[in-house]
Amino acid sequence: MEALFAITLGVLTASGVYLLLRARIFPVVMGLTLISYAVNLFLFAMGRLRTGVAPVLGKSAEYGDPLPQALVLTAIVIGFAMTAFVVVLALRGLGEVHSDHVDGREPDQ
Amino acid sequence: MTLALIIALPFLGACLPLLAARRGRSLCAAAAALVPLLGLILLFSQSSKVFSGMVVKSSVAWLPELGLNLSLRLDGLGFLFALLILGIGILVIVYARYYLARHEPMGRFFAFLLLFMGAMLGLVLSESLLLMLMFWELTSLSSFLLISFWHHRSDARRGARMALTVTGGGGLALLAGVLLIGHIVGSFELSEVLVAGETIRAHGLYPLTLILVLLGVFTKSAQFPFHFWLPQAMAAPTPVSAYLHSATMVKAGVFLLARLYPALSGSDWWFYLVSLSGLATLLLGAVTALFQHDLKGLLAYSTISHLGLITLLFGLGSDLATVAAVFHIINHAIFKASLFMAAGIIDHETGSRDMRRINGMWKYMPHTAALAMVASAAMAGVPLLNGFLSKEMFFSETLQQNLLGSFHWLLPIAATIAGVFSVAYSLRFIHEVFFNGEPVDLPKAKPHEPPRYMKIPVEVLVFLCLLVGMLPGWTVAPLLAVAASASLGGELPAYSLAIWHGFNLPLAMSIVALLGGVLVYVLRQPLFRWYEGLPELDAQGIFRRCAGVLVDFSRDLTGLLENGSLQRYLGLMLGSALLLAAFALAPLADIDGPVALTPMDGITVLGLAALALTALLSAVFHRNHLVALMILSGSGMMVALAFARYSAPDLALTQLSVEVVTIILLLLTLFFLPARSPAESSSLRVIRDLLLAVGSGILVALLAYAVLTRPYESIAAFFLENSLSGGGGSNVVNVILVDFRGFDTLGEISVLAIAALGIYALLYGLHLPHPALDHNGRPWSTDSHPMILDSLSRALLPMALLVSAFIFLRGHNLPGGGFIAGLITAVALILQYIAHGVAWTHARLRFSYHALAGAGVLIAALTGLGSWAFGRPFLTSAFGHFSLPLVGEFELATAMLFDLGVYLVVVGATLLILSNIGHVSQDESSKEVP
Repeated sequence: MEALFAITLGVLTASGVYLLLRARIFPVVMGLTLISYAVNLFLFAMGRLRTGVAPVLGKSAEYGDPLPQALVLTAIVIGFAMTAFVVVLALRGLGEVHSDHVDGREPDQ
Repeated sequence: MTLALIIALPFLGACLPLLAARRGRSLCAAAAALVPLLGLILLFSQSSKVFSGMVVKSSVAWLPELGLNLSLRLDGLGFLFALLILGIGILVIVYARYYLARHEPMGRFFAFLLLFMGAMLGLVLSESLLLMLMFWELTSLSSFLLISFWHHRSDARRGARMALTVTGGGGLALLAGVLLIGHIVGSFELSEVLVAGETIRAHGLYPLTLILVLLGVFTKSAQFPFHFWLPQAMAAPTPVSAYLHSATMVKAGVFLLARLYPALSGSDWWFYLVSLSGLATLLLGAVTALFQHDLKGLLAYSTISHLGLITLLFGLGSDLATVAAVFHIINHAIFKASLFMAAGIIDHETGSRDMRRINGMWKYMPHTAALAMVASAAMAGVPLLNGFLSKEMFFSETLQQNLLGSFHWLLPIAATIAGVFSVAYSLRFIHEVFFNGEPVDLPKAKPHEPPRYMKIPVEVLVFLCLLVGMLPGWTVAPLLAVAASASLGGELPAYSLAIWHGFNLPLAMSIVALLGGVLVYVLRQPLFRWYEGLPELDAQGIFRRCAGVLVDFSRDLTGLLENGSLQRYLGLMLGSALLLAAFALAPLADIDGPVALTPMDGITVLGLAALALTALLSAVFHRNHLVALMILSGSGMMVALAFARYSAPDLALTQLSVEVVTIILLLLTLFFLPARSPAESSSLRVIRDLLLAVGSGILVALLAYAVLTRPYESIAAFFLENSLSGGGGSNVVNVILVDFRGFDTLGEISVLAIAALGIYALLYGLHLPHPALDHNGRPWSTDSHPMILDSLSRALLPMALLVSAFIFLRGHNLPGGGFIAGLITAVALILQYIAHGVAWTHARLRFSYHALAGAGVLIAALTGLGSWAFGRPFLTSAFGHFSLPLVGEFELATAMLFDLGVYLVVVGATLLILSNIGHVSQDESSKEVP
């Protein structure tokens, strides 16, 4: 299972990086989102992949690692705020320079 | 305390002349002179201690962790230099009062001069090497201001820039050298460094340390090959040249040699580097000085030559040579300052500095001429003047050294040649300026004596030349003894300051120098022709070309790396990150770890495959934004399911609700952005990006696999054990968030609130063009609020709020909590916006989201502060079990109050973000008509 999980992370990262390197804002934001999925899953997986061991006391015999979960929980929320910030920055840029190219100007024809 | 005051006075007093400048020039000069006068009084109040051999110290800890203290020291060497700086400072101020023209900003001049004076005093009175370094840089900076005082002249600007570049560069090297000394000795305090000479010389880094320190010394004291900046700095007003370039700043380098002599000298490295550089400078300066037609140019090269002499003496490394060096520092400062002042008077009265035109001045200014002639004679080393004494000591020291082995005769001969040329250029200064016929075509036709008081500083200095020259034992001897012993850091050798030592070799060398000098001057015409035939070495030009090459190189490099394209920066950054990570992972012998893999199960395989596939597809279809976004939302769902599968219900809930708001956010954005990206990437770029992407993917996959198959230890047990007893909750993830790591969470919700405020600020007043048609040319639907959604959303709101309250309340013990509840509430309210529009919802939701987010942060912080009231650390939580009739037993925890803060911030921030973007999208005023 771990191998498949690692490959999935790799695919997420690769797709995210490819999108991140695009020239237009929207694919870049989508790439950022994909990379944050990969990063969150990666951090979460540092507590190892185990099923049926939610860290809620009294619900199971064993418990998974709660610490990466707590870290990732806030990371998800902050990630949303950061995505929103980037998006709004891009909108502001669009308002100022009238281009959705990441370089702030249309490429020379 | 007195020491600190001596240094602080000039810095504080720098504003005095500025204030006094409006009330007349004499008052301005008097205000400026008051500062060094007070300094001198303070200095002499310490003299009895210094002359009894004490080292006066004072120290205040500044950054003790870095070994940086505000510690000062006054010993003989510091006393000598402080005396020179303050004493000559006063004379220069008096002189400058008459030198500067009426229209020139005298207040500013004196302010700069006092700044420089303070920096110099700090430099010579520092006990901490780091502090000294700071003052060292300050002298470079303030001298830049002084050299460029006539900033309307391009040569002044160029000269100042060159001086700053060279001495500043040397300062950097010195910084490195001092840090190395600190590293070797373990302290930057001079009292510890000076006694650690053995340790330093034995250390492997000694040669490097020495070279770096010497780079600082040689650049500051204009030693070959860094001497070229000094003649260019002659564009400064003459009082500046007299002060900086004879008595003080250029002496900072040799001061450092004297200061660090016990710590660094006594090795072959020292001998060869210092003495050979000094020798080259001595000869080069003396010979070049003769051929200068500019009065100040002659003096500048002569200064270089004398600095070389002092450096050479330090390089010889014997105790007697050091005494001679310190003695020559005193003598050179006295006669060279008076000569510069005399040159300034001549320049002032004739309007020219060209010795081919200024002739026969004896007739016009006999008084000045007499003074200048005595000073030049001192420079030439004529008996009965101070220059003679130290030059005699120098000659005898060159005879004593034997480090050059069978070439030991080389040094006395070179010294004699330098003596010959020094006599020749002094003679030229006297003969061409004051005799040699009539002046030629001077700008000021009738030169005359300067104002009475302008000559007083020169008279004082020339008087000192005579006094020291004739009665050395009664005048300079105690000062020299105490300064030289401070430099040597030990006992003084036996020496005699007598004028007459009988007929010996040094006297013969002096006589040869005098006679040879006269001969060279008589034969000057063929020599001048020979010199003019030499290829010209234009230091300014070479320096400018070197600087130009450097500037071009950095501009090209910057242009190459920074062409303004963020796309390229990102590519470079990711590429370097990839390389670095791969490099760091390379030592990993085996990807596969010892931990056995868990078995695959069908559902999970399917889910992970769907996750990978949706990610891949959203990249493939990225040019069609809406389609790609829909596929992307699938990935988000799959991530939430993955969390749920692997025992993280809180994460699954959070991911699910964040996914909803993220997709709404991106959909809103899509309203403004083009629906498609043009196909504009060249295939080369696509291949490059694919390589980067695949590389990153492989790296992450390998890293994840390597970690997951290795054994693992965690501090989880602590949280699991203490969650219930310490935090009063059984949902350990929530307890970590609101209790164990509550401070982190407080920081995170603050970031969230700030990001929301930032977004609000960015959107404020933004008008974006609205497309009236979609990308297929169809007009947007006017039916913006469909009926079904309208009614459903109203019914849904109370239920959603109920669910979020439930999730919030149970969060401490079961999956849920402030973050998730906040997101659910936000989604429920956003749904109202979507269903009814911004205006309708705003009219009904009449509270400010800023206030909501702010109140959340405040509640969370106050909850944390509350524990102080009970004498507990910040964010200590308390909980208890209570029972009410009907409800039964329940638990209350302060952590819940904290969680309420989290909840409010999440609701406030999310709504602030989304409703404002929504607001912009409904801004009718900027709708574009097709």
